[in-house]
Amino acid sequence: METILPILAGAIFASGVYLLLRQSVILTIIGIILISNAVNLALFSLGRITTENPPLIASGSVIPELPFANPLPQALILTAIVIGFGLLAFALALAYRSYKELGTVDQDTMLKDAEDTSSAIVTDSENNEKRNA
Amino acid sequence: MLTVLLIIFGVAFIAPWLHSILKEKTGWVLALLPLGSFVYLLSHLPQIAAGETITQSTTWVSMEFFEINLAFYLDGLSLMFGFIITGIGTFIVLYGSGYLSGHTDLPRFYIAVLMFMGSMLGVVLADNLISIFVFWELTSFTSYLLIGFNHEQEASRKAALQALLVTGIGGLSLLAGLVMMGFATGHWEVSALLNEGEVVREHAHYLPILILVLGGAFTKSAQFPFHFWLPSAMAAPTPVSAYLHSATMVKAGVYLLARMHPVLGATETWMILVGGFGALTLLISAWLSLSFTDMKQILAYSTVMALGTMMMLIGLGTELSMQALVVFILTHAMYKGALFMVAGAVDHEAGTRDVLKLGGLRSLMPISAAAAAVAALSMGGIPPLFGFVAKELVYEAALGAVSWPVLFISFAVVANMAIVAASAIVAIRPFYGKLVETPKKAHEAPLSMWIGPSILAALSVVFGVLPFLADKSLLIPAAAGVWGAPIDFYLSLWHGINLPLILSVLTLAGGLLIFWIWDGLRESAPMRVYQSAFATLPATVYDKLVDGMLGLAEWQTRVLQNGFIHNYLLTIITVALIGIGYTFLSKAGIHWNLQFADVHFYEWALTIAILVSLGIMMAFGHSRLTMIVGTGIIGFGLALIYLIHGAADLAMTQVLVETLTVILVVLVLTHVPKLKEVRSVASRSRDGVVALAAGLLMMMLIFAATAAPFDAFISEFYAEASYPLAHGRNIVNVILVDFRALDTMGEVVVVAIAGLAVFALIKMTRSGSSKEGKRYE
Repeated sequence: METILPILAGAIFASGVYLLLRQSVILTIIGIILISNAVNLALFSLGRITTENPPLIASGSVIPELPFANPLPQALILTAIVIGFGLLAFALALAYRSYKELGTVDQDTMLKDAEDTSSAIVTDSENNEKRNA
Repeated sequence: MLTVLLIIFGVAFIAPWLHSILKEKTGWVLALLPLGSFVYLLSHLPQIAAGETITQSTTWVSMEFFEINLAFYLDGLSLMFGFIITGIGTFIVLYGSGYLSGHTDLPRFYIAVLMFMGSMLGVVLADNLISIFVFWELTSFTSYLLIGFNHEQEASRKAALQALLVTGIGGLSLLAGLVMMGFATGHWEVSALLNEGEVVREHAHYLPILILVLGGAFTKSAQFPFHFWLPSAMAAPTPVSAYLHSATMVKAGVYLLARMHPVLGATETWMILVGGFGALTLLISAWLSLSFTDMKQILAYSTVMALGTMMMLIGLGTELSMQALVVFILTHAMYKGALFMVAGAVDHEAGTRDVLKLGGLRSLMPISAAAAAVAALSMGGIPPLFGFVAKELVYEAALGAVSWPVLFISFAVVANMAIVAASAIVAIRPFYGKLVETPKKAHEAPLSMWIGPSILAALSVVFGVLPFLADKSLLIPAAAGVWGAPIDFYLSLWHGINLPLILSVLTLAGGLLIFWIWDGLRESAPMRVYQSAFATLPATVYDKLVDGMLGLAEWQTRVLQNGFIHNYLLTIITVALIGIGYTFLSKAGIHWNLQFADVHFYEWALTIAILVSLGIMMAFGHSRLTMIVGTGIIGFGLALIYLIHGAADLAMTQVLVETLTVILVVLVLTHVPKLKEVRSVASRSRDGVVALAAGLLMMMLIFAATAAPFDAFISEFYAEASYPLAHGRNIVNVILVDFRALDTMGEVVVVAIAGLAVFALIKMTRSGSSKEGKRYE
């Protein structure tokens, strides 16, 4: 499996980068998910995968029974998964809100509309002020 | 000496408060500061006259390879410059208070001019190469503030920026030269370097060092072809022009080369470069001064000529030329300072400084007229003034040049003819002849404005008639400082009838003739061509260069920062790929160690499932369902991989997170339209190539890294310490919540903030009320 993990990580990373470069922000976000998965896998490989025994200490003993899996990359990846999820949730919410505000998930269209939108926001808030007054 | 500098900078910063208390009298009080510094320097004169030098040092930055000390070195040369800086500084502070009287920004002038004085004093007193550079740059910076004093005018701002850019680029070149010199010798103090001349001159990097140092000196001292910034800098108020752009700052380059002469000088390259550029500058600018009618422009070009003379004398590198140099520097500071101040007084009182619109002011401004006359006589080199002594010495030095004496002396004589005419123009045209109606009703300038030029003019007479006052005590030590060895000479007005005297007479006659025909000469076609070739052209080249640079900046901003995120990502990824890939291939190389023998069938199945779902995702990118299912398969696939390899906690987390991810993606994707792709095939292929390269690099990196020997030190520490120290049996959990608890807490905070932000993005609307928000749903 040591040979397969790098290939898998490379394949997922390549797909992630390709999706990152797509027009729809949703695809960009899915690209980010794939990239973070690939990086986790890379991190996992770098800690060397040699055994199937989890790094646990049996009751009654003080050190784990040899051989045991490397606990350090596991701790790092665990953190990375959770942080990655936070980022993903935020990015998806942002994409959702952008779509509600701008009516599109296409990056290029968002840019072209940027000027119209900012003026629209100004008139919008002016209208609100008038209404409040 | 550090104390003196600190006091000057300190007073500079409290000057505005002084001004708000003392009002009109501020100038007189602040003038005590340069005067006090002058007296402080004067107290060291007996020691210096006796041939001693004084060094003081305070450690500033100390490092393994070099030290930056606030070290100071006082010898004849630095003392003479110190006298010029503080002496003329005293008059300039007074003069400025009169010239800018009532100006709302007068306090700003005081700050900048005092800061400049401190910096300039720092340049000439500093002993450490780096601290010389620091002070050098400070003079450029304060000069920028002072030239741009009238910052409402575009011309001022442009001239200030021009001076800053030209001298700033030169400053960088100087820094490089100084650092190279420091590393070449291992000495960072000028006082130590003075004995290391042989080492530097024989060093393999002598030529680059010399050229870099000259780059700094030539730009600062406005040598051809960098001379154009100095006349532009006349946009500054006249006290600034008189002080920075005539008496002191522009001589920093001269000072530096004079200081470095024992280290870098006395080679043929030195003579050709310094002497050659000096002579060229001298000739070109002397005649340029005749093509203008603005008194300040005439004086500016005559200053460039004087700077050229000084450079030429340094380049000649004979004992005689060093004597001529120090005498010329001193006399030039006196007469040119006086003439600038008079020009400013005329401008201030009459409302113009165009000599064609002035005349007959002598009766209205008698003191200024007298001061101008005496200073101009000195500038023209007429006996019995100090300028005459200096000019005789310059001629003698040019005649005594080791090579091409005929060339140097003819350049000097022809240039000095123009200077005689120029001094006649600024001293005679405004003050004599028929009284001309001026924009303002002219009257004598206030005391603060005529006291400086009068005393400076008087000194030109005193030193001219009684030259022994200055030679033994100041000029001999100064010349010895440039020469690098003790020197002895005496000054006198009358040397008998010799070649220099005959040349002086010739110069005078020629100069007066030029003055006679000046009106015709100025308007003649050759003079116009000459002016546009040597005055306008370098400035135009500078403008073109600046425009070109801005154009380049605009172009690359347009290309790199075009607003399309696709473009940014592609650039960033490509650059990272090239950088990492190059380093990787050159340092690590490719490792192939493929072993498929021990792969179980369920591992094959998992791998194929993931690869197939990736393929389907790439092929049917527009389908929302494909994306959701594909992401899910990959996520859960990874969880299985973790589980197989002894990472139960990871697998659990991955399953939970992946479930949430799929739910979130589904929620969002049901709200957005289809993921259609409209980019061209070419664009998509390019992205595909970049993505493939990225994946390949990632794979190679992992292969290479896992092929290297593994150090399990940290992992073993955690495994062994987990139970004894933290009483936990799950090592991964212990690492997270115990050893790295702070990290985990940070992570929790990040997730909490992300959650808040998600809530805000989905629930809140701009107007804040949920009723308004309905419009968007």
